[in-house]
Amino acid sequence: MGVAKYIKDERGSIKEVIYQSGIKVKPVYGPQDLEKAGFKYEKDLGAPGEYPFTRSLHPQSYRSRAWTTRQYTGFGTPEETNERFKLMIANGQNGLNVAFDLPTQMGYDSDHPLSQGEVGRVGMAIDSLKDFETAFAGIPLDRIGSGLTINAVATIMMAMYQAVAEKFGYSKNQISTTPQNDILKEMIGRGAWIFPVEHGVRLVGDSIEYAVKELPKSNPVSLCGYHIRESGATPAQEIAYAFEIAKAYIDNVVQRGIKPEDFVGRFSFNFNVYGNLWEQIAKFRAARKLWAKMLKNEYGVTDKKKLFLRGLFGGGGSGLTKEQPENNIMRGAYYALGAALSGAQTTALCSFDEAYTIPTPRSALLSLRTLEMLMDEVGLRDTVDPLAGSYFIETLTLEMEEKIIEEMKEVQKMGGMVDCISSGLIQRKISKQAYEFEKGLQSGEYKKVGLNTHATDGQAEKTDAGAVELHEYNEEWATKSKANLKELRRTRNDRDVKDSLKALEKAAGCSDNVMPCLVKCCHAYATVGEMAGVFRDTFGEWNEPDFY
Amino acid sequence: METKNKIRILIAKPGLDGHDKGAKIVALALRDAGYEVIYSGLHQTLEQIIQTAAQESVDVIGLSIMSGAHLPISEKLIAMMKEKGLDDIFLTVGGVIPYQDIPKLKEMGVSEVFPGGTSFEEITKGMNRLF
Amino acid sequence: MPEIRDILEGSQIAGARMIRLIEDNDPSAFEMLKSLYPYSSRAFIIGITGSPGVGKSTLINALITQFRKLDMKVGVIAVDPTSPFSGGAILGDRLRMQRHATDENVFIRSMASRGQKGGLSRATKDTAVVLSAMGYDIIIIETVGAGQAEFDISSLAHSIGIVSIPGTGDGIQAVKAGILEIGDIFIINKSDRPKADAAVLQLEMMLNMRDTRGQRPNHAVTWAPRVMKTIAQKGVGVKELAHTFLSHFDFMKENNLIKPKKDAIEKSYFNSLLQDLALEKLLLFMKSSEAYMEVLQKIQSGSIDPLSAAESVVDNLMVTRNLKVTRKSNDF
Repeated sequence: MGVAKYIKDERGSIKEVIYQSGIKVKPVYGPQDLEKAGFKYEKDLGAPGEYPFTRSLHPQSYRSRAWTTRQYTGFGTPEETNERFKLMIANGQNGLNVAFDLPTQMGYDSDHPLSQGEVGRVGMAIDSLKDFETAFAGIPLDRIGSGLTINAVATIMMAMYQAVAEKFGYSKNQISTTPQNDILKEMIGRGAWIFPVEHGVRLVGDSIEYAVKELPKSNPVSLCGYHIRESGATPAQEIAYAFEIAKAYIDNVVQRGIKPEDFVGRFSFNFNVYGNLWEQIAKFRAARKLWAKMLKNEYGVTDKKKLFLRGLFGGGGSGLTKEQPENNIMRGAYYALGAALSGAQTTALCSFDEAYTIPTPRSALLSLRTLEMLMDEVGLRDTVDPLAGSYFIETLTLEMEEKIIEEMKEVQKMGGMVDCISSGLIQRKISKQAYEFEKGLQSGEYKKVGLNTHATDGQAEKTDAGAVELHEYNEEWATKSKANLKELRRTRNDRDVKDSLKALEKAAGCSDNVMPCLVKCCHAYATVGEMAGVFRDTFGEWNEPDFY
Repeated sequence: METKNKIRILIAKPGLDGHDKGAKIVALALRDAGYEVIYSGLHQTLEQIIQTAAQESVDVIGLSIMSGAHLPISEKLIAMMKEKGLDDIFLTVGGVIPYQDIPKLKEMGVSEVFPGGTSFEEITKGMNRLF
Repeated sequence: MPEIRDILEGSQIAGARMIRLIEDNDPSAFEMLKSLYPYSSRAFIIGITGSPGVGKSTLINALITQFRKLDMKVGVIAVDPTSPFSGGAILGDRLRMQRHATDENVFIRSMASRGQKGGLSRATKDTAVVLSAMGYDIIIIETVGAGQAEFDISSLAHSIGIVSIPGTGDGIQAVKAGILEIGDIFIINKSDRPKADAAVLQLEMMLNMRDTRGQRPNHAVTWAPRVMKTIAQKGVGVKELAHTFLSHFDFMKENNLIKPKKDAIEKSYFNSLLQDLALEKLLLFMKSSEAYMEVLQKIQSGSIDPLSAAESVVDNLMVTRNLKVTRKSNDF
């Protein structure tokens, strides 16, 4: 939802504005504000494409290249997903953002009892390399990059992506994949975790190390402040926690004798765009600057390009309402405007019907068109960082930077991110905030059009508005997946499967990198459930802490 | 059912979906409305939910389902509750629930349905209707 | 209404319903408890206490696994505080034990303190009676805070584990005064953190100096409290801990310490029952008497102060029943 707190006087004028991150906004800003904040052009902004990159990563920004759009796609069977992929590419999308169903995300095969009713429901069902062969058939894997929205078993999917590319005749040097692979944020927010914290972090470390050595064009981790924010964090915490999580991964890899310089350039981020427009813009500008400063000062990174905070600024699911769902189309457009004004490199929008269902082709296309309008019609490509120099925006950006640093220091004081998540400190803080925010929304303290202000008659709201077409679950997905799985188990070479899993078990049990073993398992057609099962047996499962 | 001093409710997250913000804030709201809330945690099987409800002798099971699988999950749980002799416990369902599914859920035997966006006040009212 | 027979046969549903009657202070619970009490002496009751955040629930989760390996049936009572503002509570301790939920030989029950100081109420003891009668070999009671309430964990458990973690500053955190005296096993959890060994040393030193005047002076053998390190999250040290609890039990049996322990537990149960019943019944009796109304009017008209009035009402009641008591007896 993400609107600021507005305190009005008796005549209804706005007396005070307080953003979620805790920043108070003045009615008017002028040169004295910049002076007071100690604003210096060279230090705080620099030219676009120059350190600290507050304005832009590239000197010409959208002039040289419009943003990349990556709508979240994938459902049902690999066949259907493949059709959808091809449609999105034909419609102009230049990267894929692959959704997996819950059993796949949780490392269960389609025929596992816990998978019942979930196969293919929120993304595509993947049991083995066979399914990837179907899903990526005819996709030019040397030109189209793929984001893989998966975390707990990201290592497995990364290995499978390499395996499918090799099967299709591409070399692992040509392919580009970005698995989400941010297990710590799953433990804060999205809940698709399996293994205990330290083993989860080790797997992330393994995949980074492997990418450094073997997959030159792939980005092994996408740090998702996005989901942390969806769970109730403020914009400042969204950035601060993502950065502290990044540090936990960096520290793991550094322990393996690899220099930060050699891998931090491969990190990408996924941040949220919903909320107050100005606060979001200041957030993104401050984040770019802070990330570069942190890598340079704390980790000694010198190569300019490796200081880039690259990533996707998009989504905004929490901002959408179930009431008057068509309003979400406009809402999404404003969120996207914020992303464009912040110089987002890559973007995606939640579809207006996401409060009900996974996006239909029609709503996914609407989101894509919304993004294209900003680039091609409205003028967002005209000049780089158009808001630079605004008394308000620059002051706010500096204040936001301070807030983010404050939140990071608090995490460090409590022993760093791994400790904070193990003990549940962060989860407790965020769920309490989410609760307080929800109360504010229900009391009308935070305004939401169509929900608590400008709402039409309440009674009329209690239907699924005609504009939303519901996406029906198809039992056949499960039937088909299970049949395929049965056939696979019958026809594959059991010996290869057994041997490769045995090697995986050995690697998991000591500190060897699991990635090469996983690639072999995938080629042998071991299933996701079998590979994750090896991890489950070796690592155990996480016990989540309380939240209140 | 007679009025008891305290209403005990199990907030449970069945299945593999991990979106627990809704379940957690509803648990907090119910606590603040005077309920005793047992929270199951994520990734629960229906067997775990049933056993927890039995051991905790709750008055209400509140399922939070965001994956879209509310119909098959509710149906199965109700059958298991009957089989175990726990059908005196009320079942409520919340989460991403299209309004068109509410009659289907009620027909199955779900006592109250709270789709995403239901206010805390409406949830408490709905709960109180049961007693 | 649950059947006594079902409870004695170990039915979890019947047992749970019985516990619910206890919690709700249902009059039928009292009668049923009378029937169950004779069957309630066999379980070994372990109290686990310590400040929030030291990992009690995770530790109990791991202990359950160990006791189950020995084929023992395990009951757990996890007490969480009731919110003083709303009267509600979130009972989340079992969150970390959920993988045992479907084990038919494990029974986990969350209880809200419902306003009892120190987190334990008579209902906890009543619940332990039910679990014992259901046939659980081990009953683990988890509670925050000990030593400050009249009816606390030491008047309920046979063996008490005090959990703490290595401190950030001065070596040992969360071991408060008064708690040293009641602990049988001191557990330093999260012992992979820095300064764990310092915490052990410090605890051992404190234990050597602990005040033992309260204990039976002429009893030759006493249990020397142990200090143990665990990492509950990883299961490290938990097997040893489970066995130490069991060996404490054996030690008490071998050295005839179990009888005095049980006597003390029974006595405090009796005392708390007396207190509850006396309050409940006598108060009701007094409040419904004519004398009460008369005295109340006198207070309100200003002819007597409430303190003298209360004293005279109780004294009058005792005189009519021909009761006498020396006032300052602390023997309860």
